[in-house]
Order: sequence, then C-alpha cells, then structure tokens
Amino acid sequence: MNLTFECETGNYHTFCPISCVSWLYQKIEDSFFLVIGTKTCGYFLQNAMGVMIFAEPRYAMAELEEGDISAQLNDYEELKRLCLKIKKDRNPGVIFWIGTCTTEIIKMDLEGIAPKLEADIRIPIIVARANGLDYAFTQGEDTVLAAMAQRCPDKNLNIPSNNSEKLAHRPLVIFGSVPDTVVQQLTNELSSQNITITGWLPASRYAELPVIKENYYVIGVNPFLSRTATTLMRRRKAKLIGAPFPIGPDGTRAWIEKICSVVKINPVGLENRERAIWNNLEEYIKLIKGKSVFFMGDNLLEISLARFLIRCGMIVYEIGIPYMDKRYQGAELELLQKTCIDMKIKMPKIVEKPDNHNQLDRIRDLKPDLVITGMAHANPLEARGINTKWSVEFTFAHIHGFTNAQDILELVTRPLRRNSNLAASYNEAYR
Amino acid sequence: MKLAYWMYAGPAHIGTLRIASSFTNVHAIMHAPLGDDYFNVMRSMLERDRNFTPVTASIVDRHVLARGSQEKVINNITRKDKEVKPDLVVLTPTCTSSILQEDLQNFVNRASLDSQADIILADVNHYRVNELQASDRTLEQIVSFYISKARKAKVLNTTKTTRPSVNIIGILSLGFHGQHDLIELKRLFEDLDIEINQIIPESASVNDLRLLPRAWFNFVPYREVGLLTAQYLQQELDMPFIDTTPMGLTDIGHFVQSIQSLLNTFGINKDYESYLQYQTRHTSQAAWFSKSIDCQNLTGKTAIVFGDSTHAAAMTQILVLEMNIRVLWAGTYCINDADWFRSRVQSLCSEIVITDDHNLIGDMIARTEPNAIFGTQMERHIGKRLNIPCGVISSPVHIQNFPLSYKPFLGFEGTNQIADLVYNSFTLGMEDHLLDLFGGHDTTQILTDTLSSGAEINWSPDALKELSKIPGFVRGKVKRNTEKFAIKQGHSFISLELMYEAKEKINSSES
Repeated sequence: MNLTFECETGNYHTFCPISCVSWLYQKIEDSFFLVIGTKTCGYFLQNAMGVMIFAEPRYAMAELEEGDISAQLNDYEELKRLCLKIKKDRNPGVIFWIGTCTTEIIKMDLEGIAPKLEADIRIPIIVARANGLDYAFTQGEDTVLAAMAQRCPDKNLNIPSNNSEKLAHRPLVIFGSVPDTVVQQLTNELSSQNITITGWLPASRYAELPVIKENYYVIGVNPFLSRTATTLMRRRKAKLIGAPFPIGPDGTRAWIEKICSVVKINPVGLENRERAIWNNLEEYIKLIKGKSVFFMGDNLLEISLARFLIRCGMIVYEIGIPYMDKRYQGAELELLQKTCIDMKIKMPKIVEKPDNHNQLDRIRDLKPDLVITGMAHANPLEARGINTKWSVEFTFAHIHGFTNAQDILELVTRPLRRNSNLAASYNEAYR
Repeated sequence: MKLAYWMYAGPAHIGTLRIASSFTNVHAIMHAPLGDDYFNVMRSMLERDRNFTPVTASIVDRHVLARGSQEKVINNITRKDKEVKPDLVVLTPTCTSSILQEDLQNFVNRASLDSQADIILADVNHYRVNELQASDRTLEQIVSFYISKARKAKVLNTTKTTRPSVNIIGILSLGFHGQHDLIELKRLFEDLDIEINQIIPESASVNDLRLLPRAWFNFVPYREVGLLTAQYLQQELDMPFIDTTPMGLTDIGHFVQSIQSLLNTFGINKDYESYLQYQTRHTSQAAWFSKSIDCQNLTGKTAIVFGDSTHAAAMTQILVLEMNIRVLWAGTYCINDADWFRSRVQSLCSEIVITDDHNLIGDMIARTEPNAIFGTQMERHIGKRLNIPCGVISSPVHIQNFPLSYKPFLGFEGTNQIADLVYNSFTLGMEDHLLDLFGGHDTTQILTDTLSSGAEINWSPDALKELSKIPGFVRGKVKRNTEKFAIKQGHSFISLELMYEAKEKINSSES
C-alpha cells in the first residue's frame, strides 16, 4: 500500500497569493504592505478582504497605469513618491513590496530598486514576489517569510545577555505566521517539555525578528512554507527539523515528539495529553466517523487536515493540493500513510494541480458526505445536495496545537450538523 | 502609479464576465494567471447562485511567459465546447494577458474551426476602460455579432410585433438591485400595455438575439450598461430608444410621457395621464409621505449623494424635488459620463464632484458635515467613522445589498423603498443626536454584570490580555464560560493555562 500521486491540468480555483497581506499585516503590527499591481489585484483584495478594507488597513495598492507599463514613468521615482507618502501617513517599521504578475511580466526590478530606496528613505523594504504566475494562495506567505528570513539578524544586538547558555538545547526558531494566541499556546506546550523557543519568524514586530545563526534548529508550523525552509537551510545554514505539522492532536504530538527527539529530551506526559484531547472530541467524532470527504485543494493544508480526519475515522477519497513538496512535507506524508494503515482505510489519491472540472465529475460519481472546497463551488454543490465546507476558513481559524483541535472539528462538522438538522424539519425543500 | 486601496469600479474583465455569464449557455474563458477567477466567488457568494459560474481560466503561468500560450488557449476553448456545448465562448483578456500581447484573435480564429460554438474575443482595453464601460462594450459586441450573423444567414427578423413592444437592455448579474428592478419594470410595461420582446443579457439566449428587431423600441434602464447597444440598434435597424430611468416620481413621469410620445410617432394614441395620477396617489406612498407631518423634521436637513451616474443623479433629484432635502453636493465615479451627470444635477445642487478617489470623497464629507449620506458601501463606512448615517444607493456593494426581500429602486414600488431608506437614515441620525443630548443609553451596569459578579473571580494579567484579543462579540461569552469552568473546578483565579484548559474542555456544541 503506497500513496499515489497524480498531476492534472492546474485548472482550479484558488485565491491569489497576494491575499497573504490580509493576515500578515495583522500579524506584523508595524508593517505596511504595498501591492504593486493592477486594478485586478486591487479588486480581488477589496472583495476578498471584505470589511477589513474599511478598518484603515496597513496595506495599499500601487496601481500601475499605462505609463508604468510602457516605461514612460520611472519606477524608482514612482515608488519613492508612494513610499514617502506611506512614511508620512503611517510611519511603519517596515514596508513590504508585493510583486505581482504584472511586475513579473514587465520585469520591474523590485529587488534592485529596494536597497537604493531603503537607503534613501530610511525604512527597511522587503520584496516578495507573491504572484499568480508561480504560486497559489498560502504560498504568498511563504514568499514573504522567505524574504524576511534573509533579514533575520545573525547576532543579538539588543540584549547582551548570555541567555543561550542556560538553554537545555541548541536554539530553536519556529517559522510560520499564526495568531499570537496560538504562539502562546505552542510556546506553553513546548516549555512544559523543557524546550525553549528562541524566536518566531515572523514576530509581531519587525524589530523583533529572531536571531538565526548557523546550526540553529528551525521547524515549520505550516505545510506551505517550503521556500522559507529552503532559505533557512541554504542561506542561514540552519538545521531544519522535518516533522508532521501541529494540526490535530495526532499532528501536534508528533511535532513535539520530533522536536524532543532532535534536541534529545524525553517527552513527558504527551500520550496522556493527546488522549485527553481525543476524549474531548468524542461528540464530534461520532458525527463524522465512517463519513467520506473530498478535498478539492486550494490552500496546501490538505495533507495535514486529511491525515487528522482519517484519524478521526473519516474516509478520504481524494486530496487535491495546489503544490506538493514531498521533501518538506515528507514526515507529514509518512504519518498520513501510517494513519491509513492504522485505521485500515484505502490510501487516498493525492492530486497535484487538480482540474476542477474533472473533480466535479468525480464528486458526482463518488457522492462524498463532505466536500472541502473554495467558495466558487460551495453554493452550486450545496444546491446539488452535496455538503460543503469552505476551505478558506481553515486558513483563518485557529487550527494548531492541542487546544484548537476542537475548532477544526467544529468547522468540519458544521455543515453536517446544520444540514441534517434542516433535513429533519418538516419541509421537503431543505432536503 | 497611484496609491489606492479601494476602487469604485472594477477592472475591465469583470464587466465582460458579467455580460457573458448573464446570458444563458455562454461560457467565458479568461486568459489569466491563477487566482484571477475571483469573479466566480462573487457570483456564488453575493448572488448566492445555485449554478456553477460559466467562467473558466486558461491559466497563464511561467511556461506561458516563456513560450507563449501556443495551443493552450485553443485546447481550452475546444475542450469547453465539448464539455458544456455552449452557444458562444467569449475569450476574455485580463490586465496580465493584455501586456503579453499574444495574438488572441488568432486563437479565436483557429479554435472556431474545431468548435460547434461561436467564439469571440472581448474587445476591451484594460488600461483605458473600467468594469462598467467594458460591460457596455461587450454587450454591444455580442449583439452586433449576432445581428450580423443573422443578416448573413438571412434569418434576421425585422417584422414588428402586432402590439407595441420593447426590449429591455442592460439587466445583468451583480447589478445593484437589478433583479428587483426587473420585476418592477415588467409590471410597469404591463400596466402601460406594452409587450416585452426581449430582456438582455439576463437569462437571454444568444440565438434569440436575431429577434431583437421585432420590438418597436428599446429601453435602457441604467446609463452605465446598454447605451452602446441601443445606439447600435438605432443606427443599424432604425430602432428608437428611451434612456430615462424611472427612479423617483418625477422621472417615472418623464419615462411614461416619453413612451406616450414615442407611441404617438407610430400612430398609436395612448393617454397615460390618469394611470400616472392613480399610481402616484395609491401605489406609491412617497408623495403623501413627503407631505405628512412625519417628514416635517426633514426640513432644512442636508445630505450628500455619491454613486454611479444613474443612481446618483436620480437620487439627487428625489432628495431635492420630492423630499425637499438640501443636497450639499452630488458626485459620481463614472468619469466618462461626467457631462451628462453635470447637466442632470447642476440645477439641483451647488457643487458637483467627479472623481474615483475615495480619499477625496471622505475629506469632502468630513468638511461639509451633511446630516445624511447617500452613497456606496465606501461612503457607508466613511459615515460610520464620522458618525453620519448612510443609505446605500449604488454599487459597489456587499452581500447585504443583495436582499432576499423585494427592494426595487425603480418604478412606483421603488419610490416607497427609497422613501423608507431616506427617512430611516435621518431618523436614525435624529435618534443618535437625542441620545447624545441625554447622555446615551445607560447600559454600563448591564455590560459589566457577568454571571460571576458575586463569586470573586480574579484574572491574571496574562489571561486578561488574552481575553482582550478575543473579538468583542464573543468576548463576554468566553469570559462567562471560563469563569463557570473555573468555579466548577474550584478555582478562584484564572491563569492563562486555566483559560486554555477551559477552551479544550468546554464542548462548544453544548454551549
């Protein structure tokens, strides 16, 4: 029994990777994100971010006009004008330039312009190419974090303490943007194993970017951070801990255990901790046990979520995924395989770059109990009697660590609970 | 480059897609990078469409950048042709594809050879026109394509219907209250004893476009989309058109009179005067409402108006002429239609603003301090910040502007809906003002009264900080649940750890 990998046409629906600004500007409190693109990019952000747009967000479009496209205007001067205005209005600690499809095609040299302008206006400028030509949705964060990794200091300038000597292990830096609450929760989990987190990439302020030196340990919390991992290994000479991701109690335990084994600490009480969480999930598991699920694929969380749901007793027909890094996700894939064997279910098919049209055909044949999909297909599938869960919610909800396992199942079971309750009511129309 | 985080009108391809997907059995293929198919989400979310949006993308990725699309676009067109058998495929360029300068027309020509469907390339320039202009142009393009096609095949039907009839041009998906307006328009024409020949593009079939000339005249309810088509049909087939928007009693009057005189030119003598009188007195309550003492408190009130040219112009007229409210300034983001807009409102207000810069509008509202705002979702939020009530009268809109209940802006029922909207905006403002005067609702006591107020529960600073991160609308519930949990466990002090433990153990499905 082996996992099977397929690759389709790449005709699928997902969010543009520039959407990462919506959660990153909230995470990095002193940042400003400038998306250099066209009306199309702006329109997407305006609609996808909904009400956030009115809360004076720390992001804006540098909308390219015809003069920019045909190089009648000077990119450097134009960007300088806008960045000075941003500096005056918001005075951010760092400005991110998000390159888009258009800056790629017209070959605007953002990486070349940024250092000069940075020196000119004295605000750090970080360039990330989060465009739809190369990436899908959450991979936008990956491009931003990979660019930030280059800016992590290699020695601690602020605090001259000798903290590192007191550590029971070599310094450990975690990468991946999660809400502060989740940072706190995972920090607590690790500290109860006597493991200290030296820093997070990203931290909540640009000035707090962690020190990363040669041979520091680094570990990811999210499955879509392959470029960041590569950058940390190759450029910063850090040691990557390859582990399943802390999504679901099984994933969280495996994640902690892997860290423990690398830093040579014996994990304590993890088994009980995991069991207690599973016990609390029983009510939810009753609802989904034996039910089938189909991931259409759009945010790269699919492997970890599928692995967790299989452990909950679900049958997974297909795991669609935009991009599959078998090395970075190696440990996660292994755990998926092991979980399938443990639970005695058929290995699901992993479909990279799926074709939505073909997938809808397969959904029609398989009639899964739940389809995890983007908003473009959710309402039409519901209208055809198929339960759906909007995949984007998994990106914005708290899903990491032991504490939040319940939130994942809350999301997964919501359509099932709702639709069966409605179907139980007297009216045929709800069925 | 322009610094912006909000735009009133979307990019051109959205306009093309709105037209294409409004027709039945027309499929649009976008030449676009991954993620540009956001239109499908809007259709599915805002309009809660039960059907899959007939739009797919022929993805532009690195390979396309390096080697060109080659056969990819053609294959995608012919594949869709086989899969869904559309009548028409509209190849839609995006801002990205338009700078690649690939010969998309060539792809269209080649794909036509192997496809059953008709195929056209949407003719819009992404850097010069916006969503609204593009939809206007695309509709004209599709109509003229099928008129010429029918002419060549000698199936163009130019025999007029026996009874007077009309084509309604420009009802399309994602329009502001468009579906409700359509019902109202159908009722209006039925009352006027005029048959509806065709409604385009909403739910229309391209195969029926050859029957368009059967109507006696065309009607364009909204200026933004449909005028080009009406002008084309006038030129080509000598069909007259009416473009008075029947929004507000004054313009409903103008609309009905222009139909009357148009029918006159065909030798049909209708007198709609008594109908108008009756409807204005009985179906519409707006005129009486304006006179009733309720509305006395609107005397001397000020407002500003901003939106697309159709709705902003009509709204200004309604406020000034029909409700006697002073409009400090009126404006539109339809810059291409500035002259028309000026001519419509210059006698109604002292200042006219033509801009698509939301910052400018925000500053103007702050400076002029109106009692109420009538604008788009953006103005609603500006109003929120400045504590000025706002009624939404135009796109761009949110999901709440696609109401399930019947809320037309046009026709006699529309006048009732608008009167409510205006009145409610102002009373809310008045209520706010009175509350302010008397020191607001006294709810402080109620809010701090949690379940455990007697039980002496203390929160650690960490836990309190964590609590403050929880969104306001559930914070109270989380606080109460955590305190309940702590009491049950015999704790009187809530630490961060206890707070997380509570979250793990309290099954939210039971609460």
